Amino acid sequence: MSPKTMGLSAWLTDDAPASRAQANLGRAYDIFRRLCRNPLAALGMAILLVLVLCAAFAPWIAPYSPIGQDLPNRLLPPSAAHWMGTDELGRDIFSRVVHGARLTLLIVGLVAVISAPVGLILGAVSGYFGGWADRILMGITDIFLSLPKLILALAFVAALGPGIENAIIAIAITAWPPYARLARAETLTFRNAEFVQAARLAGGSHARVIGLHILPLCTSSTIIRVTLDMAGIILTAAGLGFLGLGAQPPLPEWGAMISRGRAFILDQWWVATMPGFAIIVVSLGFCFLGDGLRDVLDPKSGDKA
Amino acid sequence: MSTDVESAALSGPSAPRRRGPRRFAGLRRLVEFLVILAFTFLGLLAITFFIGRVIPIDPVLSVVGDRATAAQYEAARVAMGLDQPLPVQFVHYVADVFSGDLGRSVSTNRPVADDLARVFPATLEMATIGIVIGVLLGVPLGVLSAVKRGRLIDQLIRIFALLGYSVPAFWLGLVGLALFYAGLGWVGGPGRVDIFYDGLVDPVTGLLLVDSLIAGDLDVFFSALDHIILPATILGFFSLAYIARMTRSFMLDQLGQEYVTTARVKGVPEWKVIWVHAFGTIRVPLITVIGLSYAALLEGSVMIETVFSWPGIGNYLTTALFNADMNAVLGATLVIGTVFILINKLSDILYRILDPRSRT
Repeated sequence: MSPKTMGLSAWLTDDAPASRAQANLGRAYDIFRRLCRNPLAALGMAILLVLVLCAAFAPWIAPYSPIGQDLPNRLLPPSAAHWMGTDELGRDIFSRVVHGARLTLLIVGLVAVISAPVGLILGAVSGYFGGWADRILMGITDIFLSLPKLILALAFVAALGPGIENAIIAIAITAWPPYARLARAETLTFRNAEFVQAARLAGGSHARVIGLHILPLCTSSTIIRVTLDMAGIILTAAGLGFLGLGAQPPLPEWGAMISRGRAFILDQWWVATMPGFAIIVVSLGFCFLGDGLRDVLDPKSGDKA
Repeated sequence: MSTDVESAALSGPSAPRRRGPRRFAGLRRLVEFLVILAFTFLGLLAITFFIGRVIPIDPVLSVVGDRATAAQYEAARVAMGLDQPLPVQFVHYVADVFSGDLGRSVSTNRPVADDLARVFPATLEMATIGIVIGVLLGVPLGVLSAVKRGRLIDQLIRIFALLGYSVPAFWLGLVGLALFYAGLGWVGGPGRVDIFYDGLVDPVTGLLLVDSLIAGDLDVFFSALDHIILPATILGFFSLAYIARMTRSFMLDQLGQEYVTTARVKGVPEWKVIWVHAFGTIRVPLITVIGLSYAALLEGSVMIETVFSWPGIGNYLTTALFNADMNAVLGATLVIGTVFILINKLSDILYRILDPRSRT
């Protein structure tokens, strides 16, 4: 049966999926519907959708250029023409916040893409082989886990030099250990399972068993964890930007924008305040979605609310 | 940690003892703990060493400047020990750190260790008041949220707690300053004390609130209190968020247990069920949570101190960052990291000592 003959919704919820793609899509649809029933998770999804749309269509949404200066109109309060006012160079803050969505998505996306797979592979290898490999890898992971993340990221950026790429590298270096712990714990639960032994008996190499049979089973808990960690990653990136170690001017990074507004906080409060609201809303969105995903995908560790 | 707790619960008091007499078991644990602590600390040193010596393309150049002659350059290179192989350099580095030598700060031109000893009490003072606020508000809010699960008050507390994960500390500091200092005038501004009280009290402990009381100078005490209350409250808000969230989830676990139902059926008053029966059980894991958030506060104070010009270790670290003062950056990283590790491991140990299930 195809989606055309029976309607999309029925095709997605079919109890007997005809293909792997249908089964996967059906599962995703099921998770999506359950998330929609949780008001906070739905709100989180909506916020992130707006973020993605802002990033994708920033030049069309933003009424002004994010970097074009307009000195006669500097430090204007919020008004109909400038919804969030203008900064010390006359740039429209709303336009800069909208363009900043691209940088935020870039940072969280790259950090997740770098740190989650590294953590997953280290954890899975550690749990799968056990013994000395486990002890050494988990020893390193534990050392990283017991160090303060923000301080470590600061020190790395200090050595690497300021800039958005180095900020991303520094945050990724400090973000992988929880995923390694998680993947190891998951791997231990099915290291001796029959499907793993069957894959080995069928001649699958260790790399194949880990890559095709073990890692896919670790993904759902990792996705929850990554979503919950996103808020922290955004705050760290904004903090580095605030200290002048992250994105450099004139890039409209939210943390750096707050730092520029610091000098005007007493008289022109909007310059520093507005980008902060963007950070809060997006971080809250990730928190809401992460909590919701945990309740849906992993009911046993959920808050039971 | 959870596996230890589980195995302790499973073995129970009547399980046959395999490890010999009790006192040796305790000693063994202590040795194990010290070994782990030593390795973690070595790991921290390896990371700061790596950041300081390996990542920079040329650490010598940052010391002598780019106008040095080849002879000067070579002399500095040998003086810094950079002509030695990396493992030898690392051993020297560890030996230096253990003898209390963290190098000289380029910007203050004093030994980094002395600088750090001078600024650390300011951070400690703020973080301690922060954690007190966080515990006093966070624990009751978490219990209330769990008891009223699913109600409006629970949702509000949960969102309030999630805000603690979503609000940038430096932003809240700026808004707080604009609102409560500049706008309403309720609290003191940046810095530790009003400028005309600065240096009036001899530093005994380095904690200004304590020192001013020792000196009997109430004016300084109240000025210091005026200045510390806003940054400490903001810092406390972040620990409140974590503590309330964890308290809620611990309490929910307990309130769903059968012993709670039994107590209710027997007619135990509800407040007693909550605060004596259920809360009594979660006190021990809560200590770990509080320990962790205390350590996290020392870290979070970096941002707050920068905003409030608070002369603590975080401010020292960020100032050093701007001056490319690598010795000071690494020294501050090392000290914060060490305190972080110690608090982490101590709360872990405390958990094992206090947990009745591990008393065999």
